[in-house]
Amino acid sequence: MIQVKNLIKTFGTKVAVDDVSFSVEKGEVLGFLGPNGAGKSTTMRMVTGYFQPTSGSVQLCGIDMLEEPELAKQRLGYLPENAPLYSDMTVASFLGFCAELRGIRGAARTQAIDRVLDLCFLDSVRNQSVDTLSKGYRHRTCFAQSIIHDPEVLILDEPTDGLDPNQKHEVRSMIKRMGQNKAIIFSTHILEEVEAACSRAIIIDRGKVVADGTPESLKKLVPGASSLDEVFRSITKSETAHKKAA
Amino acid sequence: MSNRDLQNTLAVFKREFLAYFNSPVFYVIVVIFLLAANGFTFFFSRILDFDDVSLATRFFVWHPWIYTVLAPAVGMRLWSEEHRLGTIELLMTMPVSPWQAICGKFLAAAGVWFIALALTIPIVFTMSYLGDPDSGPIISGYVASYLYAMACLALTSAVSAFTRSQVVCFIISVSFCLFIALIGDPSLTQTVVSAVPVGMESVVRFINYFSFMDHFFEMTKGIFVLRDVLYFVSVIVVALLVTDVGLRSKRA
Ligand SMILES: Nc1ncnc2c1ncn2[C@@H]1O[C@H](COP(=O)(O)OP(=O)(O)OP(=O)(O)O)[C@@H](O)[C@H]1O
Ligand SMILES: [Mg+2]
Repeated sequence: MIQVKNLIKTFGTKVAVDDVSFSVEKGEVLGFLGPNGAGKSTTMRMVTGYFQPTSGSVQLCGIDMLEEPELAKQRLGYLPENAPLYSDMTVASFLGFCAELRGIRGAARTQAIDRVLDLCFLDSVRNQSVDTLSKGYRHRTCFAQSIIHDPEVLILDEPTDGLDPNQKHEVRSMIKRMGQNKAIIFSTHILEEVEAACSRAIIIDRGKVVADGTPESLKKLVPGASSLDEVFRSITKSETAHKKAA
Repeated sequence: MSNRDLQNTLAVFKREFLAYFNSPVFYVIVVIFLLAANGFTFFFSRILDFDDVSLATRFFVWHPWIYTVLAPAVGMRLWSEEHRLGTIELLMTMPVSPWQAICGKFLAAAGVWFIALALTIPIVFTMSYLGDPDSGPIISGYVASYLYAMACLALTSAVSAFTRSQVVCFIISVSFCLFIALIGDPSLTQTVVSAVPVGMESVVRFINYFSFMDHFFEMTKGIFVLRDVLYFVSVIVVALLVTDVGLRSKRA
């Protein structure tokens, strides 16, 4: 359902994403791993149609993002990094606004809001101003926005960032559950999450895909590694190693 | 224009419009606008000391200068705030076209200005009570004033698309609006024309041609010419196009 081909993004002379290709089918949950600045968020921004790729193509459910952006975006739910929110709104009015832009109106809108408030445990802050929410609640509010229209494609940039252990667990199992009939991409720095929720994982380093496979097959990439953590470090350590040598 | 276009524009409009009422900015600006509009009219123009009840020379004449400062104050949050909060990333990944969002936001600011301008209506009643002003010039004066404000707002919208700082947006927009007001000032133009070397005169005249002022004063005199209305409308359209360019450049 998500098809990404030869995606390249340059900022000035800096190449942030360098020829990334992958595809995600319905029923798959793809984990995006990589060190800071590897290009995970930039890739996601191109997949969601926020950034214009320097070259390459993105298709969601067979619809080309560059040719028919509005149509492709209808299929998509997106949680940006840092969970941005309109600070002058309440949780419920924010979700209502997002629902409206998704074309959900009237009674269906109220239902959709209630559903996600319930799913994301936001009932208690329903009428609280977004400005006064704690970090975790802000994150959950933005996450709620991404699933309000029950999209076929879900792209989550660090969905468990800033959540408490209970909520992390909740979100992971939600991702896993929703993954059964959606195509999901999520990025994370917590490797247990990959094993807990992903059917497949990609490791990106300095803009390039350096590993792609199931969590189990990734473990076999590095002989002697017993955890994903070790695999991650040995695959992506070159940069830190360079720095130390210099 | 499909139904969907309209609904999206309306949704953005509604959010933005309510946001104005949820922040003190709106109330502060309306109060300052009313104080300035009435203050200039009664104290500087001393409208009550003259028999002449025409609003054009005593009331509307001040508006371009007031708008130079206040329109950027209303418009500066339009896109800058969106960049600062990062919500632009949400908005631009929703099934909403940039144009729907640009129009929705612009119309919200325009709506705010409509309310502010409508609150000056008492001055019309005062004048009608004191004398018998023609209604034609009053109506075209209001239209001119509103169009001038819209042009300044559209300009501010364009600037705000390029920066995440409301302060930067405000300062640049005020400079633009001021420049546009000044190049239309007849006495200033005359001074500059006599100062520049011969031959440069036509350049000054040419720049002068782009001022809002001539179009504005033509209209406040009650000469309602389609040409002047079209002038303002095209300025607004161009500024909104530039807004689109600005938003694109941030996503490129
Ligand atoms: N708008 C931009 N202008 C210039 N450079 C950018 C821009 N956005 C990202 N970059 C650069 O692109 C590279 C990739 O950034 P990106 O945000 O995609 O990293 P990331 O993998 O998400 O990292 P993290 O784990 O820290 O979130 C970085 O070097 C970053 O500085
Ligand atoms: Mg990131």
